[in-house]
Amino acid sequence: MKASGFPYVLPMLLLSVAFFATPLAVLVGFSFIGPDGPSLHNYARFLGDAFNYRVLVNTATLGLQTIASTTLLGIPIALFYWHSGKTARQVIIFLTLIPMLTSNVVRTFAWIVILGRQGPISETFVALGLAERPFTLMSTELGLVLAMCQIDLPLIILPLIAILSRTPVQFTEAAQVSGAGPWRILVTVLLPMMLPGLLAGWILVFASTSASFVTQAVIGGARNVYVPQLIYREVGTLFDWPMASAIAVVLLLSTGILLVAMTMISRHRRLVGHA
Amino acid sequence: MTDTDVNIIDRPHLCLVPPSAKRFDDTAQPKGIFMAEASKAGEGKQLSVRGLTHSYVGQNAISDITFEVEAGEIVALLGPSGCGKSTVLRAIAGLIQPKSGVMQLGGQDLANVSARSRGIGMVFQNYALFPHLTVAENIAYPLACQHVPRAERRERVEEMLSLVQLKSYGNRLPRELSGGQQQRVAVARAIAGRPSLLLLDEPFGALDRALRFDLQVELLHLQKTLGITTLIVTHDQEEAQSLAGRLVLMNKGNVEQIDTPMAVYDRPKTLFVNTFIGQANVLHGTVERLDAEATTIALPNGNTVVLPRRLNFTVGSKVTITFRPEDVRLSTAASGFALPARLTVSVPLGPTLVHDLLLEDGTGLRASQVRGPSTFIPEPGAKLFAEIDTTRCHAFPSEPETSRQ
Repeated sequence: MKASGFPYVLPMLLLSVAFFATPLAVLVGFSFIGPDGPSLHNYARFLGDAFNYRVLVNTATLGLQTIASTTLLGIPIALFYWHSGKTARQVIIFLTLIPMLTSNVVRTFAWIVILGRQGPISETFVALGLAERPFTLMSTELGLVLAMCQIDLPLIILPLIAILSRTPVQFTEAAQVSGAGPWRILVTVLLPMMLPGLLAGWILVFASTSASFVTQAVIGGARNVYVPQLIYREVGTLFDWPMASAIAVVLLLSTGILLVAMTMISRHRRLVGHA
Repeated sequence: MTDTDVNIIDRPHLCLVPPSAKRFDDTAQPKGIFMAEASKAGEGKQLSVRGLTHSYVGQNAISDITFEVEAGEIVALLGPSGCGKSTVLRAIAGLIQPKSGVMQLGGQDLANVSARSRGIGMVFQNYALFPHLTVAENIAYPLACQHVPRAERRERVEEMLSLVQLKSYGNRLPRELSGGQQQRVAVARAIAGRPSLLLLDEPFGALDRALRFDLQVELLHLQKTLGITTLIVTHDQEEAQSLAGRLVLMNKGNVEQIDTPMAVYDRPKTLFVNTFIGQANVLHGTVERLDAEATTIALPNGNTVVLPRRLNFTVGSKVTITFRPEDVRLSTAASGFALPARLTVSVPLGPTLVHDLLLEDGTGLRASQVRGPSTFIPEPGAKLFAEIDTTRCHAFPSEPETSRQ
């Protein structure tokens, strides 16, 4: 009989149960505490409020905008990596990883400087005559998307690089010899082959963006409210733990649904074989 | 079965039947569809390569490669791995820009024609079938690039699928096919756009031996019926010999010889060709005497070999003489110029018996003979005498490396 590996998994299993599954269960349990015993009261109150509904949509929009911008930036970088030599590849990987190696606080404060009225963006625009007077991108959606884009770029570049480094150049050569131009190669060969990596990257970017409390709070400011700030308000200001739990569960579920959807797409028979 | 038996009895000298036209009829008959396709196929064009030179980091350098492929001909670029044959192929396909040299396809200079507009079909070593496209979509790919209307595209894909005998496989994905089937899809995709030149880069390399031969015969059929000019790159001499009408032998970025498979085997121009194609015994020696009709060569072990013709060497020059294993006769009794040798091992290989021998000075020697029911198999270690058929020996100037040793 084959020896079971169970004893070796046990420590990890206990750790996950103690520090992940249990708190999660407590959180979910908390969310059902109503004023008069267990009920769906918190969910009804949260989803019934038009303001909260807008916050949910805002958060999803922020996630989608970040996904779009990281994808548009990430694909060329990944393709550049694919065509580069050894040293250039290392440089690209290093530059890609820098945002992940810097502390969230340092990163966020750097963006405050960059996006501010005396920051390089504003000054460049004024110098080029594209703007009449200095402006700030702080507390704007554009500024927030810019910052999120830089922070989450590695999350989309790394899966793409992983896929491309396993993809032989012969595929593009075969398309070239068949008579395909560069755009046709990109659309009919490269993008479909990168799709599994993109799906993985999109899940990571969405999860990261929708939960990045510090960046949202500092750069997004008070004008745009996102779900994590809502949770913070319930916990820190209103001390309504059951309500905070309910909102957290809603955020978790929406990200979870996206994850399941992406996974189902990536199981498509055309996407399974390669990458 | 009985049909072929009768055929063989009818024509006892099967291998000697000369007119090739008759043979072509025989092969085309059972595959009636092929003849119908032939009229629709694009005409093969003549390819000429002159002075092709390229060197680049990461690519095997080639220098001054010159050869021609006539319209409708199959030519094989044959050589050991790293000899630059793939570089030549990639330059012709337009995937790399050679440093210098002229390439012409059907009289048109390819220098300023991009890879996508050269009208060339190519089968890649690992087939490079698009994994996310079905077999039919893969075959339709070059047609879509040529903006062939949808209805015609579908028709052409069907035609290609039946041509490579994969009719019911159109909706499968490449990974759902066996290696041989993938190879056939790659060929179908390469010829779907009716190219005037077909390039194949080690097309059978990933297949097992038994399957390889079947697919080679199939490719030959296809090529003959479509009449596409074909250039195939391979390191497998058997593959090259069974497919190509002429071989271009390459070594270290240079062309060593261009000839028919038989001529390359029988009359190798260089020592490399001699040892690369088939097996060859190599003996080093010095020219000792030059007569009008004979050359005496002294071997380091004191024996001499007399070739029955005058060689173009001066007395005292170092030469390398080569001969095929089948040109060595073994006997138990000493005679004339026979070299004494000790048998290491005898191996039966199908219809032949291969003997490995050691000469007195430790040089290895290989002899082969056709095996019959009464063939005497000597014991390993037996002292024998190897008589060389000197009319079939080749002599080459010794390479600097070997003479320095």
